[in-house]
Amino acid sequence: MSEALFRVEKLTRRYSDPGREVLGLDQVDLSLAKGGRLGIVGESGSGKSTLVRLLAGLDRPTSGRIWYEGTEITGLPERRLGFLRASVQMVFQDPRSSLNPRMRVGDIITEPLRSRLVRRQLSAEVDHGARLAEVLAAVDLPADAAGRFPHEFSGGQRQRIAIARALAPKPEVLIADEPVSALDVSVRAQVLNLLTELVADQGLTLIVVSHDLMVVRHLCDQLAVMRAGRIVEQGATSDVYSAPKTDYTAALLAAVPKIRTGAGRGDSEPPGRFGEPKSGREGAHQ
Amino acid sequence: MKKAQLVAGLVLVGLVVLAAVVSLFWTPFDPIRVVPGERLAPPSLTHFLGTDGFGIDIFSRLLVGARTTLAVGIISVSLAAVFGVPLGMLAGQAGGWVDDVVMRTADVVYALPALLLAMLLASVFGASTTTAMIAIGVASIPAFARVARAGTLQVMAADFILAARVSGTSRWGVASRHVAPNIAPVIGVQASVGFAMAILAEAALSYLGLGTPRPNPTWGNMLRDAQNYLFVAPLQAVWPGLAIAVAVLGFNLLGDGLRDYLDPRLREVP
Amino acid sequence: MSLLEVRDLTVRFGRHRTVAVDGVSFSLAAGGRLGLIGESGSGKTVTALAILGLLPGNADLSGEIDLAGHRIATLSEQRLSRLRGDVVSMVFQEPMTALDPTMRAGRQVAEVLRLHAGAEAGPARDRVVAMLAEVGLADPERVADSFPHQLSGGQRQRVILAMALINAPELVICDEPTTALDVTVQATVLEKLDQVLDASGAACLFISHDLAVVSQVCDQVMVMLDGRLVESGSVAELFTNPKHPYTKGLVATARLDAVEPGQRLPVVEDFYHPATGESR
Repeated sequence: MSEALFRVEKLTRRYSDPGREVLGLDQVDLSLAKGGRLGIVGESGSGKSTLVRLLAGLDRPTSGRIWYEGTEITGLPERRLGFLRASVQMVFQDPRSSLNPRMRVGDIITEPLRSRLVRRQLSAEVDHGARLAEVLAAVDLPADAAGRFPHEFSGGQRQRIAIARALAPKPEVLIADEPVSALDVSVRAQVLNLLTELVADQGLTLIVVSHDLMVVRHLCDQLAVMRAGRIVEQGATSDVYSAPKTDYTAALLAAVPKIRTGAGRGDSEPPGRFGEPKSGREGAHQ
Repeated sequence: MKKAQLVAGLVLVGLVVLAAVVSLFWTPFDPIRVVPGERLAPPSLTHFLGTDGFGIDIFSRLLVGARTTLAVGIISVSLAAVFGVPLGMLAGQAGGWVDDVVMRTADVVYALPALLLAMLLASVFGASTTTAMIAIGVASIPAFARVARAGTLQVMAADFILAARVSGTSRWGVASRHVAPNIAPVIGVQASVGFAMAILAEAALSYLGLGTPRPNPTWGNMLRDAQNYLFVAPLQAVWPGLAIAVAVLGFNLLGDGLRDYLDPRLREVP
Repeated sequence: MSLLEVRDLTVRFGRHRTVAVDGVSFSLAAGGRLGLIGESGSGKTVTALAILGLLPGNADLSGEIDLAGHRIATLSEQRLSRLRGDVVSMVFQEPMTALDPTMRAGRQVAEVLRLHAGAEAGPARDRVVAMLAEVGLADPERVADSFPHQLSGGQRQRVILAMALINAPELVICDEPTTALDVTVQATVLEKLDQVLDASGAACLFISHDLAVVSQVCDQVMVMLDGRLVESGSVAELFTNPKHPYTKGLVATARLDAVEPGQRLPVVEDFYHPATGESR
């Protein structure tokens, strides 16, 4: 690997619950080049969230090592992680939980700029007001949003606020942990379009965690499939998608719900093809 | 409906505060000077609530007693909050052995009743309003620490704490910007309930002679005086008892009302 | 006669009389499967709660709801609670909060059975275990003896399904039953739901924001927007040939697979603009 932004070697994370030990992550190797778009898929408990939390420096591995831009981050104390905090940002699943209900949107978004750890990394003092206006515009929120509280916004808008916060320190890497699974289908496409645009415009390296293969297929060019703490399949998204090597990946793909437009319930149509419209069972009418 | 609670609490607490403030400038009679000729007078136009066993106007003593009650409440609750809340937040945020040490210590203090502390302090420094305040305040620290810790744990589980850490926010920043504002409502409720508890505790200590000594009036020592005449003039005990009940009820209602009012999430349209 | 008949249902909330449901009419025949699609805040859950007679005290309801020959608005709370469970039951979105964390799963299912059928403890246990097996739980005895936190999300949701079905109700209302689940778990839960509904012949009102999920379970579907029904019809018809611009937008935006990766996805606003209500 020539210019790996993130490199991970034999990463293991055990959790000790009272009475038993849980293996969150088991000997994972991974490498991600600058500008790459990596999707990590798997069921809950497969270790995908554990992996990205380790990458973001939010948790410490039991064993194994992580390098970011050639610097090993495992074992560094919090005060020396400033470079990571300034360049790796995260968007979480549920904006109801990821936005402090008692802070105004403007304060939420500029929080990364106020951290002393991050400020030391920035070359010049950033004008908070100007940056706030920039990122609000980038996520298509009105400028007057800054003075309001999160609960005054819809779910999709709240996720935009979370994305704006992540963009504020001009990060190199954006980690999105299930960015659309708490959102209505009707606003999912908007957020996905926004992420696609931002990644292209700002040259971000993207890591997306999802249990939905279709979301990852849309956003990412590389794919890692996780199960029980291990990466069971890895490759270019289009390859994995069209010819999954493991049954597990195939099952994940098959489980993505597709719009069924034919009659007979149960036999879902393959994606991309509409079935014959036949009349459904009598039951409801307006 | 919820607002009615808050308003009722404010009105009752307002009454107590009003009594305390008025007593600073005016009382119908001297609340301390003994008038032997007017002992145990029944309520009349001159003495609204009658006079006590020393011939002192009860209404005047009630007004002045409100002052002691509020002072003890404010000082002891502040004392408990100033030590209890940061300790609870520390325990909740740090976890591990820090949490264990803080909370086990709190358990030990919790096991010491305010009464015992008050007796200790009174035996060393002599019984006074100050020893009662300190005893009640110290005894209330564990309650504040527990409430603050529980609230902190709940806040720390939210994703915005992770987001703050990803942004390099320091522990101090997390505590001041994220934890403190989010636990403020529960602390407010605890303060109100703690105030009610403090009023009761102060009354009990004065009643036992471990608080404010005579001749300075408090609702507790008025009750104590009244018990001597319980069968001759039972109304004597009713007045301070009623005052205590009104104040305790007021602060409890205020606490509940505040909790609902302070939470912006509850104001969201369904 | 239909099992459920809703005529001109309007629900307002609070002092400002905010309209949550606005003149909704529909009917559902015995054994029918009706989907109700809409985004959060569109009034779909309020509609379900109105049918169950579970609206909060500050709600103001007009219109008529007839369920299995009963007019909901006229029933006493006692009659209503008999109706819930006997005739109609509900599956909630969040399997963790819908179960009592201090009670073993089997007892919670048995409780429902006891309340409505008055069954004895011994035979109730057998029926509970049989029901847990029927909803596809591999080890029903063990699940029955487990506390909710010892079960996975999918297992919990199947326990809820068992609770909803054990009294053989005529109507099961499902409110986003799989939204909190992984896709793989969602697929198996939906499949089981489909099977048990078929086996029992119960009708189903299925509420979701996810068109694909609704299309897996239902025959008929209605689309709700800002408290109003904007379109309804058979699944086949509505999803292939949507008429209302909002429905067109919903159908287009739901199909991630129809767009090349990285290309712009269609959004609802391409078809329908909320402010003006006009199509583009």
